Amino acid sequence: MNEEIELKDPVLPLGRPTLGSAGETGDWRTFRPKFIEENCIKCYKCWLSCPEGTIRVDAHGEFPYIDYDYCKGCGICVHVCPGRKKQKALEMVPE
Amino acid sequence: MNVKIPEMMDRPEVLLRGNFACAGCGLSIAYKTAISALNRPIVVIPACCSSVIQSLHPNVTYNVPTLNIAFAAHASAASGIARAKKMRGEDTTTVVWSGDGGTFDIGLATWSGAAERNENIIHFCYDNNFYSNTGAQRSGATPRGAVTTTTPGGKKEKRKSIVRIMAAHDIPYIATASIGYPRDLYTKVKKASLIEGYRFILIDAPCPTGWNSDPALTPELGELAVKTGYFPLYEIEKGKLTFSRRGERYRDPEKRVPIEEYLSKQSRFKKMTSTQILEVKKDIQHEWDQLSLFE
Repeated sequence: MNEEIELKDPVLPLGRPTLGSAGETGDWRTFRPKFIEENCIKCYKCWLSCPEGTIRVDAHGEFPYIDYDYCKGCGICVHVCPGRKKQKALEMVPE
Repeated sequence: MNVKIPEMMDRPEVLLRGNFACAGCGLSIAYKTAISALNRPIVVIPACCSSVIQSLHPNVTYNVPTLNIAFAAHASAASGIARAKKMRGEDTTTVVWSGDGGTFDIGLATWSGAAERNENIIHFCYDNNFYSNTGAQRSGATPRGAVTTTTPGGKKEKRKSIVRIMAAHDIPYIATASIGYPRDLYTKVKKASLIEGYRFILIDAPCPTGWNSDPALTPELGELAVKTGYFPLYEIEKGKLTFSRRGERYRDPEKRVPIEEYLSKQSRFKKMTSTQILEVKKDIQHEWDQLSLFE
């Protein structure tokens, strides 16, 4: 895709949207969030607050899942998770 | 009425995974929430953290058309784009996405000109309180007592009130939002996108790297800033101020969470003395008093 731009016009400093433009940023983390399905109430607060967009939801009403290739392990999802009966649906476990 | 989460899920992804943002970045939350609310956005980004996290040529992490421009040229570049798109009859939204350095200090002249001409652009300022991409130097947005690399003993002056400067331009829409309340932010952006003219949205975006806070606490710090009265949430439409639902109740100093709770979660405030904390409390009250004059 990028070669295509260079062939057309080598002068223009144009870039194209690329997934993982900084490489697989999942290597950065020391703790990983682990998803516990039975405690999930599908409030999607983790999806809302994830800075990376690594919490993925395929369709409305589906359980979220985590893209570990790019998750940087900040722990925001675990912090915002309300959980069911005070049991969080996400927890941080060592990598 | 705030937007429902499923509606936000239907919007296209604007920030792709695997970028150079630090873990727990407040700016990323602000960007993906705010820009996804817009219809066909064209984003103008001056030098700031946003121009760093988009990563190296020829890869771009933003999934929308983006123009990188010099610090002091963002609003003028956006003015040109907005006018050209209007002449061509294309239905796009031109957006300035700048940091607090580019809005409070360096870019002030350029946005002031664009606001005076009432150009049809939305100006977002994500406020992380200093020049974060060059290594946490002091800016006009740095609050009193905060340690940065150029104020190692803590800043002595209070923070500039950019909203009151902006309000002096009599632009049609001004709002403040926080990444602690993403749905509130999305709703305000949606509202701003339906208004013509120069619109300004100030977003509180905590920066765990520069504030020396736990990355997991980023949204909580955003919420605490609102709950302590430190960052009031409101909208100014045609000169008339209304506090947001989340902001209204903290007008009463009794209902506010003690400011110490907010300050203690960030190591940048650890050099603050008790006199400085009292001064911060006075600053907060002063800001609320000044804002109530706009009502």
